[in-house]
Amino acid sequence: MISFRRIFAVAGKELIHLRRDRVTGGLVLGIPLILTLLFGYAINQDIRHLQAGWVDMAETQASRGLLQDAMASQVVDLVRRAGSTAELEMLLRRGEISVGIYIPADFERRIARQEFPYAQLLVDGSDPVVLSAVRGLQSLPVTPPRDLNVNHVIRASFELRPFYNPERRSAVFIVPGLTGVILTLTMVLFTATAIVRERDQGNLELLIATPIQSLELMTGKILPYIVIGYVQVGVILALGVWLFDVPVRGSLIDFLMAALFFVISALSLGLVISTLAASQFQAFQLTFISFLPQMLLSGYMFPFEGMPRAAQYLAELFPLTHFLRIVRGIILRGAELSELQADVWPLAVFFAVMMVIAPLRFRKRLD
Amino acid sequence: MAGDPVIIASDLTRRFGQLVAVDHLNLTVPAGRIYGFLGPNGSGKSTAIRMLCGLLRPSEGNATVLGTDIRGSTAALRHRIGYMTQRFSLYGDLTVVENLRFFASVYDLGRSSAERIEQQIERFSLQQQKNQLADTMSGGQRQRLALATASLHKPELLFLDEPTSAVDPESRREFWEFLFEMADDGVTILVSTHFMDEAERCHRLAILNHGVLVADGTPDRLKEEMAARVIEVRSPDPGGVRRQLLGAETVLDCTQLGTRLHVMIDGSQGDPAAYVNGLLKGVRYSSITAIEPSLEDVFVMATHHVGGDR
Ligand SMILES: Nc1ncnc2c1ncn2[C@@H]1O[C@H](COP(=O)(O)OP(=O)(O)O)[C@@H](O)[C@H]1O
Ligand SMILES: [Mg+2]
Repeated sequence: MISFRRIFAVAGKELIHLRRDRVTGGLVLGIPLILTLLFGYAINQDIRHLQAGWVDMAETQASRGLLQDAMASQVVDLVRRAGSTAELEMLLRRGEISVGIYIPADFERRIARQEFPYAQLLVDGSDPVVLSAVRGLQSLPVTPPRDLNVNHVIRASFELRPFYNPERRSAVFIVPGLTGVILTLTMVLFTATAIVRERDQGNLELLIATPIQSLELMTGKILPYIVIGYVQVGVILALGVWLFDVPVRGSLIDFLMAALFFVISALSLGLVISTLAASQFQAFQLTFISFLPQMLLSGYMFPFEGMPRAAQYLAELFPLTHFLRIVRGIILRGAELSELQADVWPLAVFFAVMMVIAPLRFRKRLD
Repeated sequence: MAGDPVIIASDLTRRFGQLVAVDHLNLTVPAGRIYGFLGPNGSGKSTAIRMLCGLLRPSEGNATVLGTDIRGSTAALRHRIGYMTQRFSLYGDLTVVENLRFFASVYDLGRSSAERIEQQIERFSLQQQKNQLADTMSGGQRQRLALATASLHKPELLFLDEPTSAVDPESRREFWEFLFEMADDGVTILVSTHFMDEAERCHRLAILNHGVLVADGTPDRLKEEMAARVIEVRSPDPGGVRRQLLGAETVLDCTQLGTRLHVMIDGSQGDPAAYVNGLLKGVRYSSITAIEPSLEDVFVMATHHVGGDR
């Protein structure tokens, strides 16, 4: 028989620990505050004002128009005019520019015949961030010369028009996802140390000699941190809305429901880690080992679609991957939770599996 | 049932890799008594207690505790036993009351828990410390709290692992008064110690050495059994006597007390006093008498015995 009295006794005791432990208590608010400000302000993923050189062999109205449009995008600043592609390449190699624009002499003829490419972009490909920023330039529309009788606007070979974040402000994109990233870190960390701490401080030997059951202990350890998780979600979301104008397009209730699924799956992962680790230090290490691939593969750092198949399959196992899709869906696209079920049930399954593994691994014995 | 043994261990053994921490331990603990485990550090006292509490699985052998086989499920047993670990294992950042409340809930004491907590606080004179964090209490106060917690749910059997190793003599005496009170109430207590004066106070005693039970019985009985084997030699030259005696295989130990020497002879000699007399050719001495051994003498002899056999 599972005893709720015991579960609440454990939860109550955890809350007292938290209240008496100033540092950990401070981290509850400190981590989301600092990380949100850091990611929102300091890490500006909008790439602007890249130094660019250009070669304009055409010297026509259309070619000058293209260069002006490129400037107007603010992605590049045209700083050096070069005489030839060779000179552009040299400037790139020296690092004086990171983008080169080459407009061939037959620019207008190519447009008229719709002969791709109209012009060339030379990019310092060693920095993938620059590369992806410049990719946006590829889609600059090219206005055909007036004397050509073409009555439609010709666009570059592929279009990359941001739809849900037309301002292309990265804070809007970053902050909702940040709830997931921060919770992955804090929730796992809190519970990963929860059982190891009892062992390190010598409490476990007495505790396991009592009638308490593994599942009661595990559930009791999780409960208080669900509340803490919501506090952190609140802090991040509030900062996002007030400081970074993150629009909450979907229903807040839906979002909070989704957060519950995510929080409990992260907490249960922490519990499993706690049963694996022999010391608090090991628990920290395991937490970071579990955190890094989630951070890298979940689609937070790099676009999910750009990853190799194997990495995508792996990422499907991570709670963060699913939560990011849900959060971006609800907050940025105004989706409803019911439309995102495909990402909700993996979280529930993850939680269930972890809650089976953790009590099984946690034997009430010392050997 | 009164009179039935509370613990019966047969060939109880625990190995950690190559090391045999508890080696074929056979033990019968009667009800309502204070039973002592006496042994030096590393002799397997804690390991034996942990097995009896169901926290460690025996590598070999078995034990029944309150009629429960410790190799099976000990879930029901846990309501009936109390355990005080060697290391203080209550929550240091919780107050006395908070600790007691937590364990009262864990033992599912229900409605009566508030009353029971008050009782324990009073009984173990913790009224002053009620709202004090456990970490900030003195060693003696902490041990009283640990005992109050271990006996909170009125267990029939208490395991106390070196409960007084970190407290002053005054607190130790006081602690033992609590133990006798509880034994009078019919609680069986198994307590480990390395203090002779504490061992002396146990109703029965098991002496462990290197995981092996080397002697057991009441303290008086143990002393009687060894009686003939402790010889007091008085001599104007105790140093010379000592050197002479320590050369003999059969002499286990020789302790100097002023001009007297306590000589312990192993069990191989029929008349140890005459035997010592024989050994002391050419050394001056004034008297050789068999004396009543102290428990310490018993301990030294018992623990040497195994060493000699190996
Ligand atoms: N978990 C363990 N792993 C390995 N060796 C252990 C373990 N627990 C105890 N031991 C060893 O078993 C022996 C007996 O230890 P213990 O029962 O703690 O003795 P005591 O309580 O009498 O001091 C010691 O040599 C100790 O090092
Ligand atoms: Mg010990």
